[in-house]
Amino acid sequence: MAPPAVTPASPSVAHGKRFLIAWIVLSAIATPLVAIFLGPAIPPGNDSVQASEQVFSNTVMVSISTPVCVFVLLFLLYVFASFRSRGSALVDGPPIRGDARIQLIWMVVTSATVLFLAGFGTYELLKSGSGGGQGPNAAFQPAGYKRALDVQVIGQQWEFTYRYPTYGGVEVPHLVLPADTLIRLHVTSLDAIHSFWAYQLGVKADANPGVDNIVYVETKGPLQFDIHCAELCGLWHGYMFDTGHVVGASTFAAWIKRQQSYFEPVMRYLPPYATNYLPDPSRRAG
Amino acid sequence: MSAVAVEVRPPLWRRLIGFNALTAVVFGIGGYYLGWFIGHHINGASVAYLGVGGIDQNDLSVFLGYFLGVAGFLIGMGFGVYPWARLRGYPPSLREKEQQGVGRYFGLCTDHKVVGIQYLCGIGLFFFIGGLNAMLIRVELLSPARQVFPAGQYLTLVGMHGTMMMGIMSSAILGPFANYFVPLMIGARRMAFPRIESLTFWLLMAGGAILTTTIFFGGFPTGWTGYQPLNDQANTGMDSYIVFFALVGISMCLLGLNMIATIVTMRAPGLTWSRLPIFCWGVLSTAVLQLLAAPVLIAVLGMAMLDRTAQTTFFIPSGGGSPYLYQNLFWVFGHPEVYILALPGFAIVLELLPVFARKPLWGYRLAVAGMLGVTLLSWLVWQHHLFMSGINSNLRPFYMLSTELISIPTGFTFLCGLMTLWRGQIRFTVPMLFCLAWFFNFLIGGLSGVFLSDVPSDVTTHGSFFSMAHFHYTIMGGLVFTFFAAIYYWIPKMTGFQLNERLGKIHFWVMFIAFNSTFAPLFAAGFLGQARRDVTYPAHLQFINDWVSISAFVLGASMLVFLYNFVHSLLFARIKAPVNPWSSLSIEWQLPSPVPVHNFDQIPVFTSDPYGYGEPSRPSALPAASPAGGSS
Ligand code: HEM
Ligand SMILES: [Cu+2]
Ligand SMILES: [Cu+2]
Repeated sequence: MAPPAVTPASPSVAHGKRFLIAWIVLSAIATPLVAIFLGPAIPPGNDSVQASEQVFSNTVMVSISTPVCVFVLLFLLYVFASFRSRGSALVDGPPIRGDARIQLIWMVVTSATVLFLAGFGTYELLKSGSGGGQGPNAAFQPAGYKRALDVQVIGQQWEFTYRYPTYGGVEVPHLVLPADTLIRLHVTSLDAIHSFWAYQLGVKADANPGVDNIVYVETKGPLQFDIHCAELCGLWHGYMFDTGHVVGASTFAAWIKRQQSYFEPVMRYLPPYATNYLPDPSRRAG
Repeated sequence: MSAVAVEVRPPLWRRLIGFNALTAVVFGIGGYYLGWFIGHHINGASVAYLGVGGIDQNDLSVFLGYFLGVAGFLIGMGFGVYPWARLRGYPPSLREKEQQGVGRYFGLCTDHKVVGIQYLCGIGLFFFIGGLNAMLIRVELLSPARQVFPAGQYLTLVGMHGTMMMGIMSSAILGPFANYFVPLMIGARRMAFPRIESLTFWLLMAGGAILTTTIFFGGFPTGWTGYQPLNDQANTGMDSYIVFFALVGISMCLLGLNMIATIVTMRAPGLTWSRLPIFCWGVLSTAVLQLLAAPVLIAVLGMAMLDRTAQTTFFIPSGGGSPYLYQNLFWVFGHPEVYILALPGFAIVLELLPVFARKPLWGYRLAVAGMLGVTLLSWLVWQHHLFMSGINSNLRPFYMLSTELISIPTGFTFLCGLMTLWRGQIRFTVPMLFCLAWFFNFLIGGLSGVFLSDVPSDVTTHGSFFSMAHFHYTIMGGLVFTFFAAIYYWIPKMTGFQLNERLGKIHFWVMFIAFNSTFAPLFAAGFLGQARRDVTYPAHLQFINDWVSISAFVLGASMLVFLYNFVHSLLFARIKAPVNPWSSLSIEWQLPSPVPVHNFDQIPVFTSDPYGYGEPSRPSALPAASPAGGSS
């Protein structure tokens, strides 16, 4: 193979400077647009305090992603336009094997971004757990958590039921929550692992048998929300959904009273309220 | 060896008798029935004696059937011959079984180049089956309400697709390309353990066949993660999953071991660590992950098997076990596993860019550091899959940090790749197009990964189609695209024939556009509340899903373009490829195509790395082209 011709490493146009300026300008335009228009449009919406926190987190994530995305895409486009090999002769590029300064800058910038992201995520998490399941010893408690209303979510193949320990442990088939209240959900399961996903509330917590998975959510105004199982739990997993409601305080009081009297005859047969349950061993390998 | 040419070939029936794939299949099936028979007798007797369990639950028979089946398969393939000969006192021999002809592709062959081609075809077969499953999933998801498949079959499809892809594609680059090219790149005549090399391949094939047989046992409902206690509840189809993944684990572990041993001990003189081609560094990092992660998988599946047969309760809460234990162990393997799928992609991209940008690899040391950094950090992040599970919730900030830290070494790969392009002389050949697509795909995959690693954002996205889209961008976009880059790049060397470039370009563009049109909308579907592994979805998402399904069918069709190109070019058109069609400086291109059996007559002495584009021309290895001469 004949040695290919070598282009002199021409100092040439200030490609680097040109690219950087284009990147900064484009990012400066795109990032605010994304932050203002795209970010807040990202679900789950603003129907609970935790959902709003997630929208904020998602907004920060897309906003930070924007300049990164612009950088790589612009770089590729620039390179395709400027550095394609023209003609059929085989020509080598300049033998540049690295540049310590660029490497250093890159490391500093990526590290700073990453540390910022981790710090930001932790800060957001500390507020109230951001609607994620926190296990039995929830550490990320919102202010006033002592007065939160306890509600238990019990997953089983293939439905969720809900118990209200404050109201005599009554167990109901559909979730209703009072508006403008801090709720402490205790998520558990009777068999396989499920995941309780209340979409508009921004709540997701796995239901493990024998585990009390606590999650805090602060409701806002009246709302109808979708509930879905988000962890594969067997045959009818796809049909494990439900609709829940957030209602005003007086409606809630009336509703829970009705449930108590309605389910009164059944309550005698239910096991006493506990924060978790173990699967029935006779259902093993069913 | 020169006598081969004049040998009179025995009749066909005579050639079919002996240790080969046919015998292996016969022995395998025989072994299966023997195991099944034994299992049934043990199970029946013990049930009668202990009075527990149910006779209808004969997981033991299935497991024993599979084990003896695999044993019979390997014996039929001839893996027992050498150990047996050594036991009887024959001297050790490093290589044997290197006959000529197509027969060697259907048996135990210790030529690393044959194993490479075996892997390519074997992986292609199971990739095709996994892809068919994906098409069927997308057929089902055309409508939220009308069911093409019953719910159980749908879960089996999802599980088979995911498990097949994760299991088989873990060796997608290392199997075909590292086996073929690492010895060439490091100037060796073979891999460190040639018989183990062949064993890894046949184990993988046995595994793939076993996973496919799950349909005869009712399938399995758990997806590729196999979470407990669902795993324990499931019927015997689950056993296929367990045996498949355990075999993949053994295969992966041995493959990794072999690669490490080869690269560490068999480099030719002069090939210092800083001259090692970057591809070999990527293989080495992947191999470390394979070697160390796979045993965890094998162990956790072994425990699951004991739970299902011997009635232990490792993962059964009512017996004092914990499903968390399974999740932890699974992801201790599972996260390194996803880098086992991603790192070879980095390696291919960084190896090919210098060739097609005609520039040295930019920041060689940084690129190596990036790969090693990923290898190290990928052990520290597994609980990011369990952010919502309630386990160790106070440690979530740590896992958030460690996960996001991985973007730093991953960023090195990006920097080195991009800067290699900078001021290069880029040629947009088919392999180059696939490499360039990697940048785009992995960028999207990586940025969406940042959402998933941030706990508050993960509350929205975990378990939804967002995460599904994310990992397809990283695996399909990151691995499968580079897998094709490697095929288009190296096939001329492996076979001596050219692939059709026009068809290659059509394949690329259809695949790239259809891939993005399939998976990008799924980010939106996930954000809008579509959960993974669901046979139904909210009705208002039907438009997105139909769009995705149709794109997925186009994506599937692009694979057929490739298949046609591959079969037609190699079997029918057979246009001889030039020895070095890409004018690469890497040593494998200085050898004739296809490479002779013993690679080099004279072991080369390396004087530089293979990236000296644009530098004063000097051969990177002396003697530059010293293939094994004459007849082999
Ligand atoms: C031909 C292109 C592909 C299409 C159209 C496709 C489509 C899908 C679909 C529809 C699902 C099920 C989503 C759900 O309901 O949860 C899925 C799951 C999955 N896919 Fe793919 N896929 C493709 C290629 C791949 C490749 C190449 C890999 C890896 C090498 C892969 C790995 C997975 C995994 C691991 C899962 C998860 C299975 C589970 O939930 O257990 N896919 N894919
Ligand atoms: Cu469920
Ligand atoms: Cu992970």
